[in-house]
Amino acid sequence: MKNKLFWPLVTLAVLLLANLIHNHDFFSITIQDGHLFGSLIDILNRAAPLVLISIGMTFVIATKGIDLSVGSVVSITGAMACLIISKGDGSSMSVLFTALGISLLLALAAGAWNGLLVSLLGIQPIVATLILMVAGRGVAQLITDGQILTISSKPYSFIGAGYLFGLPFSIYIIAFFFIIASVLTRKTAVGLFIESVGTNPTASRLAGIRSGLIIFIVYVLCSFLSGISGFILSSNVSSADGNNAGLWYELDAILAVVIGGNSLNGGRFYLSGTIVGALIIQTLTTSIYSMGVPPEVTLVVKSVVVLVVCLIQSEAFGSVFAARRRKRDKAAKQGVSA
Amino acid sequence: MDEKKHRLIMDRISKHFPGVKALTNVSFRMFPGEIHVLMGQNGAGKSTLIKVLTGVYSIDSGEIRLDDKEIRAQSPLEAQELGISTVYQEVNLCTNLTVSENIFIGREPMKRGRIDWKEMHAEAKVLLKRLNVDIDPTKQLGEYSVAIQQMVAIARALNISAKILILDEPTSSLDSNEVNELFKVMRKLKSEGLAILFVTHFLDQVYEMSDRITILRNGEFVGEYKAEELSRMELVSKMIGKEMDEMEQVQELVESHSSIGHQSPFLETKQLARKGSIERFDLKLYPGEILSLAGLLGSGRTEIARILFGADRADQGELKIKGRSVNLKSPRIAIDNGIAFCPENRKSEAIIDDLTIRENIILAMQASLGIFKYLPKKKQTEFADEYIKLLNIKAPGPETLIKNLSGGNQQKVILGRWLLTNPDLLILDEPTRGIDVGAKAEIMKQMGLLCQKGMSILFISSELEEVVRTSHRIAILRDRHKIAEIDNHNVSQQDIMKAIAGGVPNEK
Ligand SMILES: Nc1ncnc2c1ncn2[C@@H]1O[C@H](COP(=O)(O)OP(=O)(O)OP(=O)(O)O)[C@@H](O)[C@H]1O
Ligand SMILES: [Mg+2]
Repeated sequence: MKNKLFWPLVTLAVLLLANLIHNHDFFSITIQDGHLFGSLIDILNRAAPLVLISIGMTFVIATKGIDLSVGSVVSITGAMACLIISKGDGSSMSVLFTALGISLLLALAAGAWNGLLVSLLGIQPIVATLILMVAGRGVAQLITDGQILTISSKPYSFIGAGYLFGLPFSIYIIAFFFIIASVLTRKTAVGLFIESVGTNPTASRLAGIRSGLIIFIVYVLCSFLSGISGFILSSNVSSADGNNAGLWYELDAILAVVIGGNSLNGGRFYLSGTIVGALIIQTLTTSIYSMGVPPEVTLVVKSVVVLVVCLIQSEAFGSVFAARRRKRDKAAKQGVSA
Repeated sequence: MDEKKHRLIMDRISKHFPGVKALTNVSFRMFPGEIHVLMGQNGAGKSTLIKVLTGVYSIDSGEIRLDDKEIRAQSPLEAQELGISTVYQEVNLCTNLTVSENIFIGREPMKRGRIDWKEMHAEAKVLLKRLNVDIDPTKQLGEYSVAIQQMVAIARALNISAKILILDEPTSSLDSNEVNELFKVMRKLKSEGLAILFVTHFLDQVYEMSDRITILRNGEFVGEYKAEELSRMELVSKMIGKEMDEMEQVQELVESHSSIGHQSPFLETKQLARKGSIERFDLKLYPGEILSLAGLLGSGRTEIARILFGADRADQGELKIKGRSVNLKSPRIAIDNGIAFCPENRKSEAIIDDLTIRENIILAMQASLGIFKYLPKKKQTEFADEYIKLLNIKAPGPETLIKNLSGGNQQKVILGRWLLTNPDLLILDEPTRGIDVGAKAEIMKQMGLLCQKGMSILFISSELEEVVRTSHRIAILRDRHKIAEIDNHNVSQQDIMKAIAGGVPNEK
């Protein structure tokens, strides 16, 4: 059996090598004031929000669903956290925790809303989450009053811009949640149930799985992780922009999941594939900027790379080639015998 | 015979899947105007032989000749264009589309770049006429019975230039009248010169229909015989490779245990009903007994099963388990009360395609344990191995994906899933569908053993022979009514048939 991670890893390696050719210092990592600096570290750091959201998106997609509202949840939690902190003492830890707590509750509520619409009311996921995708951005703008809300809070900015033991703090956050997600899927039955429900919901229900509950849980998880990403993004720039924070993240996250070898038809999922997928997207974005590709064509470049990766992984595409090869072989054989 | 020209020759075909030799040097041939039955146990390679012919899979080696020309279809569509029409074992019709849409899906007649609906409906009508079916092709397929749907599947496969018609277990979901209808159509098509390849596990049907029989065993060719020159015993022993007398043991098992009546029932229903699916019925199920539901397709058998499992909710009446009134709102609650259910529709309601045999087997047990008490992988493998062995599931190992198993073996995995939960009441809706003779006997033997251990079993089967052989009591259903209950003392198939049809049963 061929490893699902093979093509995503190759793609990532190719991208990194391309960067190395363009910029010979690309792999070098230097130490300044006890902090590690370098392009690789930078990519990891910047990829953090996308990685988190993509983990959540993987679960949702594994149940044959999709969550378009992740970008809006990012903007809501960022806005809420900044609002509360701006009203209080920016350096106080208790204000910080209140801000994080309340914002996360909002994220959970958003997830519960999506989950209920999909599992209880049976609305198609793409429609159900579209509601919050649109409405959520409105909510975020209400919170920030349509302005860009700037704050100064040392403890808050540590989340997205701080360093711990020489590495950006956000890298620890993704490591933490990746481990939690892996444990959840390997050491509990959550992974099995998600795959089962995603493959055949009727049969899963008849086997005694509470399909509705599982579906509810994945949307809540996905929103929760998007909420955390909201903190990383807004604290990194110490401001909340209801209009633009997390814009288009849903698309990047879906791409990351797909590039990572997961099928939109649900069923089997590969968390590590998703992580690689998210890194590919971030590397791509970073290298497009650093190579000075003109901004007008960046999106085109990005989509071409994504298209190529998806084609390589597509079975149908593979079999077209296989069939052609067979025909050619046969023709060659006939040529010999004739 | 041999002056006639071959329609099809498949010569020394081999096909392997990772870890499985599905076909080894299998030869198969057909003449025009014959019905040729392909026989073999579950996993013998019947469906695979069909699929390499129709281009679903490519062959590793061998040669296929149609009317003396070598062919190698790359896709089912290409095969159909060559004149090979196929109804696969797992039929994929869309019940929410119209009859004509189902027939022409993927090759709709076009006019000026648009689908020509008028033409399509008219052509559908003609195709169905040929099959003696007179229905409105503009109606949704779901409005018609399974038997009609089966005919629609055949209509879809048959085009005007069809030379070969392949039917992979078409009768497993039909009742006897519907089977007769199908057979009429098959005879008609045969007389029109079509070569028909027919797969079935029913011996009666084999002898009723076939001109010749080809037997496969373990992916190998055993032989080709004229139907009238091969006795049933020979046929069965050639298929399984040994003699069989297990059928007799089943009866003994059932008869050795009939001390029912003294105990209190495990489950009891009083005037339970669900609008539109089953009228009020009373039913008692005792520990250690097998109760069969007999009736035609659509008479309410499956509906009762689904209500007792909480898959559908009753809207009237009362249900008691061990004397306690229970509201079975969902399968989860039924399972917690010790009930298990093997549904009749394997593909859509039972198997989880993308998961392994191991995962499919432990699924119901894990669902009962909940999210956090996750069975360690080692334990899961042990369970899977245990049931693979017990039920004789033909597979390379527990990590094989269930979708790669033959139909009958998938059925056994589902049975294993429920046996693992050690239920008090096991509901089996057509458990022997698509299962070969040997495995059928095995499953019935298991049923006998389980009820000796005190399990109660609700058994649904369209095979009256099985019903009579295995059950203690038989409930008769007609038109969504439970009309009678018969104690199984020297009851014959004819008695039950009469009761189903509306004769006077020896009621109790
Ligand atoms: N796609 C596949 N991948 C791997 N193994 C397969 C695949 N399809 C079939 N097999 C294996 O090939 C063997 C033959 O299967 P096949 O479906 O032809 O059996 P069959 O004779 O039709 O049985 P049944 O009576 O149960 O339908 C089985 O061991 C099965 O597990
Ligand atoms: Mg088969």
